[in-house]
Amino acid sequence: MDHDSYTNAYLRGILEEVKTIAMVGASANWNRPSYFAMKYLQDKGFRVIPVNPREAGKEILGETVYPDLASVPVPVDMVDIFRNSEAAGPITDEAIRIGAKVVWMQLTVRNDEAAKRAEAAGLKVVMNRCPKIEYARLFGELGWNGFNTRVISSKRRKLAAPARPTAPSQQESA
Amino acid sequence: MSEKQSSPRFNTLAIHAGAAPDPATGARALPIYQTTSFVFDDVDHAASLFNLQTVGFIYSRLTNPTVAALEERCAALENGRGATATSSGHAAQILALFPLMHPGDELIASKKLYGGSLNQMGHSYKKFGWNAVFVDPDDPENFRKAVTPRTKAIFIESLANPGGVVVDISAVAEIAHEAGVPLIVDNTLATPALCRPLEHGADIVVHSTTKFMSGNGTSVGGVVIDSGRFDWAQNDKFPSLTTPAPEYHGLTFYETFGDLAYTIYGHAVGLRDLGPSQSPFNAWLTMLGLETLSLRMQRHSENALAVARFLEAHPKVAWVSYAGLESSPYRKLAERYLSGGCGAVMTFGLKGGYEAGIAMVEAVELFSHLANIGDTRSLIIHPASTTHRQLEPEQLIAAGAGPDVVRLSVGLEDIDDIIADLEQALAAIPEAKAAE
Repeated sequence: MDHDSYTNAYLRGILEEVKTIAMVGASANWNRPSYFAMKYLQDKGFRVIPVNPREAGKEILGETVYPDLASVPVPVDMVDIFRNSEAAGPITDEAIRIGAKVVWMQLTVRNDEAAKRAEAAGLKVVMNRCPKIEYARLFGELGWNGFNTRVISSKRRKLAAPARPTAPSQQESA
Repeated sequence: MSEKQSSPRFNTLAIHAGAAPDPATGARALPIYQTTSFVFDDVDHAASLFNLQTVGFIYSRLTNPTVAALEERCAALENGRGATATSSGHAAQILALFPLMHPGDELIASKKLYGGSLNQMGHSYKKFGWNAVFVDPDDPENFRKAVTPRTKAIFIESLANPGGVVVDISAVAEIAHEAGVPLIVDNTLATPALCRPLEHGADIVVHSTTKFMSGNGTSVGGVVIDSGRFDWAQNDKFPSLTTPAPEYHGLTFYETFGDLAYTIYGHAVGLRDLGPSQSPFNAWLTMLGLETLSLRMQRHSENALAVARFLEAHPKVAWVSYAGLESSPYRKLAERYLSGGCGAVMTFGLKGGYEAGIAMVEAVELFSHLANIGDTRSLIIHPASTTHRQLEPEQLIAAGAGPDVVRLSVGLEDIDDIIADLEQALAAIPEAKAAE
């Protein structure tokens, strides 16, 4: 498939289907883009499991950090890659090995060879996009900040899911 | 809209973009969220909002659902990435420059801008330490010659108020990009119905929505629209977007928000700290106007062309400046950049000079003598004695507002009535004045 553009239906389908996301390159620093994306996706009801060898064993936003995808003890629907395009190659191969259904590479990250291997293995691939931005765009929140969502509709949109704490420590405090 | 259909076109966007049925109530028309503030779900939600980690409403100085609908519609109509609505067109110009400029920085602007912009940039910007350098836009090379290491933006009008000046947007965009700075275009007179500067290489568009965008002369407002295409990290000229922001605990806007960064900065820093947000009611009236934008611009343009031809043939009129006329030096550029008409605004010179201009504005009965453009009503003004009177004589002429100049904003009334009023007002100019 052409990875220069994606239909709204393709992205919406992925974001509706996926429940558990492994975020490779997740940062414990709250100012980093990956932290923003993780927190937002958690708020929208996704379980986000951070993967980062330098932070392994620590916790980010209430979730244990694993050194690599193979160490994640639960099934992963989608691997979200916050690493550079070159690093995305072997991470994609790891995603295929652990049986993920979707490989998603962040803004500015694109590896067409890896995408071909993933698609040949039956995975869906998104490159050079941010799931936080796409979720907000497709489910009606991005327009709240004055962005051109390119979505028009004469149907009444369902209200966005309320904040749903998923991480254990948040559940305790909720 | 179904994925099978192609992406929606201009008139569909003008009616639907930003305003799906209200998710809370199903209301089909856009609700007016006339509230200052919005409750938080809990402390954690509040923290996420203040840290810009989630999308939502805090306080209407920053964002408001009705205003956000207007922003999205303006962004869609200009084919941009995002928009920031402001309290006026002048506020939009400051908001547009605020992420780019620091004290000592320079802005290169067309010397044929609307007089109010010349005043704002030439005088008040100095108080911020922003230096505006004005050049003649008829030769785009003049912009290149004015570039210095402190240049942070180039600013032009697509169709200038009031002279009917059309600027070669692509040529100036190229010069701006070679200098590593964005091109900002004031698209107030043309509106996206006639010209979409972002499609010709501009990076940012500003509007006084007070004019044709709202269209009925009811609501002062402005908007800044970002293409999302300018690479703010290509040089070190734009630290507000590319270096850690201390007030957000070291967040870097461009790295974190990518092509949304400029618009998020416009809200999270620009509106937050300068404060010129648009009122929800004004945004609602402007949304209503936008629904009929291209119909109105088409009729404005048809009426204006008929008026321009009438005036050009009138013995008391020395010249007419309207980009739609065969005689206009801007005709070629107008054909390239304006589609479907040249707008409502024109200037013309009376052979009787300053005194004849005053006599004419006092004689009209259908035209309203006031300092605005872009109303359904036909409007007339003599700039030298009103809007442009703060300018020096040299600036007056450069801005197309010399002592003999009358400006019209041709409305949507029946063309025969519009021309009849001009005819009787021209007849009312005393012969001595007409002949001077």
